[in-house]
Amino acid sequence: MKPGSTSAACAALIRRDLTLVWRRRGDALNPILFALIVVSLFPLALGPEPDNLRRIAAGVVFVALLLAGLLALDTLFRSDYEDGSLEQLVLSPHPLSLLLACKIAVHWLTTALPLILIAPLLGELLHIAEPVRWVLPAALLLATPLLSLLGAVCVALTVGMHRSGMLVALLVLPLYVPVLIFGAGACNAAQAGLPFLAPLLWLGAALVLALVLAPFACAAALRISLS
Amino acid sequence: MSPSDLHDRPALLEAHALAFARNDEPIFGPLDFSLHAGEVVLIEGDNGAGKSTLLRVLSGLLAPTSGEIRLNGEPLTLARLSPQVALLSHQSGLKPELTALENLRFSAGLHGVRKGISPATALAGVGLEGYADVPTRQLSAGQKKRVALARVLLAPVGLWLLDEPYANLDLDGIKLVNRLLENHANRGGGALITSHGAYAYTSGTPRRIPLRPSEQSRSGFSHDALGVSSASNGIAAEAAPTGTGAEAEAEAEAGAGAGTGTGTATATATASPSATGTSAP
Repeated sequence: MKPGSTSAACAALIRRDLTLVWRRRGDALNPILFALIVVSLFPLALGPEPDNLRRIAAGVVFVALLLAGLLALDTLFRSDYEDGSLEQLVLSPHPLSLLLACKIAVHWLTTALPLILIAPLLGELLHIAEPVRWVLPAALLLATPLLSLLGAVCVALTVGMHRSGMLVALLVLPLYVPVLIFGAGACNAAQAGLPFLAPLLWLGAALVLALVLAPFACAAALRISLS
Repeated sequence: MSPSDLHDRPALLEAHALAFARNDEPIFGPLDFSLHAGEVVLIEGDNGAGKSTLLRVLSGLLAPTSGEIRLNGEPLTLARLSPQVALLSHQSGLKPELTALENLRFSAGLHGVRKGISPATALAGVGLEGYADVPTRQLSAGQKKRVALARVLLAPVGLWLLDEPYANLDLDGIKLVNRLLENHANRGGGALITSHGAYAYTSGTPRRIPLRPSEQSRSGFSHDALGVSSASNGIAAEAAPTGTGAEAEAEAEAGAGAGTGTGTATATATASPSATGTSAP
């Protein structure tokens, strides 16, 4: 009577979560539609002058994607908590932090990556400036996994509560603000023709730190939520 | 394996002075008990007596307020949850969007698989042969329970913690649970099952752990009182005080409707309290 290998458990979890996303693919479109709507409202409100829009383009796209990610965050553990599969995850013989890292990775792949893919399109809607066109996706590639990891810890802490949406937002936003400042900062620097590498490197460093620490924090938070 | 062999090894599960309190309000305990390999122990108590909480504490999901749990002689800590426990709780742990077989495959990947069984055979073992490709959301409550039982059956663990395994099940399902429990006990596993008085375990006399809210424990709450309340609950309760091994298996098969085997008492809602009373230790 030997438990299966940890890699098999991770593979099973990833396969299951991807299957679930596919079966609920209508829901997966929500964040994309949300970001698209938010971004397309700005030209309507501010007027169509390209110069105006170009100045705010990167910032608007960044904020829209951050909020869309926040919208999708609640689904990370909610259904697993409600149907009891989170319990089974905690009771499995494998490291919970590793299993949660897999869950967060799948969540990022299925919610954040599509947003990054449509980010250039969103930028075009706002006449994004030429140099920023490539810095924005790079900044998003570093920033969104960081947002997912930070958000996962906060969601794990509140998953045991009913209607925790507002609380998650309050917990998460202070952590998101530095990410936003560095990410949008890199874009603004690129637009102004200044070196933009430093904020990107800061994001990268924070991402590495979060990759190492957030799964453990997430596991500890989930154990508290389940008790 | 003879009973003496089983008792030489450390108990599958031991609890010493185990107590749990939520927000300073005692839920249960202090409890002392042990569960050896090959044993099925029934935890009984009224609604709210703390049965589910006890199982969650024993599984390691909740930390006890005081006392100690030992699994195979080693203390259980939250940091090192034991891979030797399978928990069936009120929430099935099944994904409604996935088919029964997909749910079991996931569970097999997560917990590993007992030797000689596969997700498909486990599903057949709980009487759901034709349902492998049906999304779990379309299954009835009893069928979901069966899938959850298949998950427990699949896990390569020695100790089963089953919270209300008989809930939602038909008579066949109750017999199925008894058969699963007995096979598990015969291969050296152990099981703790909860029940709110009415109990349906037919193979041998399970040891019982009465569990009561702390106030009631001081006011002389007797086993007989539990027996009476179970008979009046309107839930079919079967009891077979004696019988071991294959003989008990045969009784389990015949027991549900007939109730003719020697020492097999079938108590239904209308049966006299003494019918269930005989099964009390």
